[in-house]
Amino acid sequence: MKTHTFDVEAIRKDFPILKRTVNGKPLVYFDNAATSQTPIQVIDTIVDYYSRYNANIHRGVHTLSQEATEAYEKARETLRAHLNAKEAAEIIFTAGTTHAINIVASGFEPFLKASDELLVSEMEHHSNIVPWQMLCEKTGALLKVIPMNDVGELDMLAFDQLLSQRTKVVFCNHVSNALGTINPIKEIIDKSHTVGSAVLIDGAQAAPHFKADMQALDVDFYTLSAHKVCGPTGVGLLYGKREWLEKLPPYQGGGEMIVEVSFAKTTYAGLPHKFEAGTPNIAGGIAFGAAIDYMNQIGFDVIAAYEHELLEYATTELKKIEGLRIIGEAAQKASVISFNVGAVHPYDIGAILDKLGVAVRTGHHCAQPVMNHFEVPGTVRASFAFYNTKEEIDILVEAVKRAVNMLQ
Amino acid sequence: MNNPRSINEIQDEIIDEFSMFDDWMQRYEYMIELGKSLELIDEKYKTDDYTIKGCQSKVWVFAELEDQFIQFTADSDAIITKGIIALLLRVFSGQKPQDILDAELYFIDQIGLKEHLSPTRANGLLSMIKQIKLYAVAYQTQIEP
Repeated sequence: MKTHTFDVEAIRKDFPILKRTVNGKPLVYFDNAATSQTPIQVIDTIVDYYSRYNANIHRGVHTLSQEATEAYEKARETLRAHLNAKEAAEIIFTAGTTHAINIVASGFEPFLKASDELLVSEMEHHSNIVPWQMLCEKTGALLKVIPMNDVGELDMLAFDQLLSQRTKVVFCNHVSNALGTINPIKEIIDKSHTVGSAVLIDGAQAAPHFKADMQALDVDFYTLSAHKVCGPTGVGLLYGKREWLEKLPPYQGGGEMIVEVSFAKTTYAGLPHKFEAGTPNIAGGIAFGAAIDYMNQIGFDVIAAYEHELLEYATTELKKIEGLRIIGEAAQKASVISFNVGAVHPYDIGAILDKLGVAVRTGHHCAQPVMNHFEVPGTVRASFAFYNTKEEIDILVEAVKRAVNMLQ
Repeated sequence: MNNPRSINEIQDEIIDEFSMFDDWMQRYEYMIELGKSLELIDEKYKTDDYTIKGCQSKVWVFAELEDQFIQFTADSDAIITKGIIALLLRVFSGQKPQDILDAELYFIDQIGLKEHLSPTRANGLLSMIKQIKLYAVAYQTQIEP
């Protein structure tokens, strides 16, 4: 087995943005769960595409088009290998996770009737709630919620009771964006399959931290966004088992997704093109592949171990602040910490941290049901990536103390 | 109650006050103090009808016409937002509806707090300013039907 060595200072040199200052202070970037930063290798890939072989893919006979097609399909293969999908045709390029979820949710419309049920976890991002609610409005199917406990773990006993022959789709995130909880998705997938339900796992927040194996998980659908794994914004992927992707109707009509068009009838293209209408984000797709290559070169085992160290350190240090309450203390967590201090509003803390050069996210994190559960208006969320350091965590802790002093 | 000073006179006065501060810390500390001293909206108006929901913080705003002049009261759940509200109300409360409609708001930029009015902050302040103008439109039509 290949062993990876980890030198965070060397890695930081790959990220030009980490050199900048904000409000006169060195940038401390802890908003990685929203968007990760981009290494020079990925930036170069985008520049190289536009400088050397920018062309529309799949139908051109000229050299540039062929080079672009080759690079785009190579990226698809990189992503297939990364996720251990059976075939590259099961990897659909999308605009991101939200788009991917919408493809699946709208695709289920013909298969649902009013007596059917869908199960959603209480800790979903709005993007994995709203498309399904829209589907329920159209079909009359019922949306049921898998509750969570007070440390932010799913109540699996409740899940067992909710699951029935009426359940048609179960959807849940692999890692919660608001809490950092790593969900027991293998158990969810296996149990859902015993009643014949399909399962969609939103992997947007898991992908930056660890690899997911599609065949081992036996998951029906899995989604990813490139901009959370050191890639560009506006591109992501939908993994779907071939049998499901063939069953679902296309999401959008247009070029690229057809075999033959006449005004009487159109025949749809096979996978993956059936779901890729129109000219895709070609540079984005290629750079998505480059980003996954970059992370694999560092090694996800090394990334996970280092990030865990950062999480433990930050948890211990933040807890020393009087009145600080961590929201979400699941036993299995990715490197995300949501917190509040006393009655201080998260917006106020975030505004002062920004003045001190520390970028965190504040608010409801597009997961209002989670905020309602914990009865908070929002939280401050610090999320760590493999290019962050303990020294930066020290700066965060000092900055939070300073903010709270000013605000209380 | 009529505010004897014009909207622009008050804006200039605020700019003058803030020019005494050397750095952002002092500005923010002052804002926080202002937030704490804000004359609050009557609790009975802190309902959904008067709520402006930002992604980040909530704002409540209420207005009534007293003898041709609009009196505003407001609140927010975030203290820095509340500080900016205190400044906005100082500018707009006690003014005539037409003067509010004609007003150009320039003081926030000049005192270095413009990031709080950025749409990405989603703190409800932009919507609050819009709401203040809407109240002014509504009361203007009451005065001159």
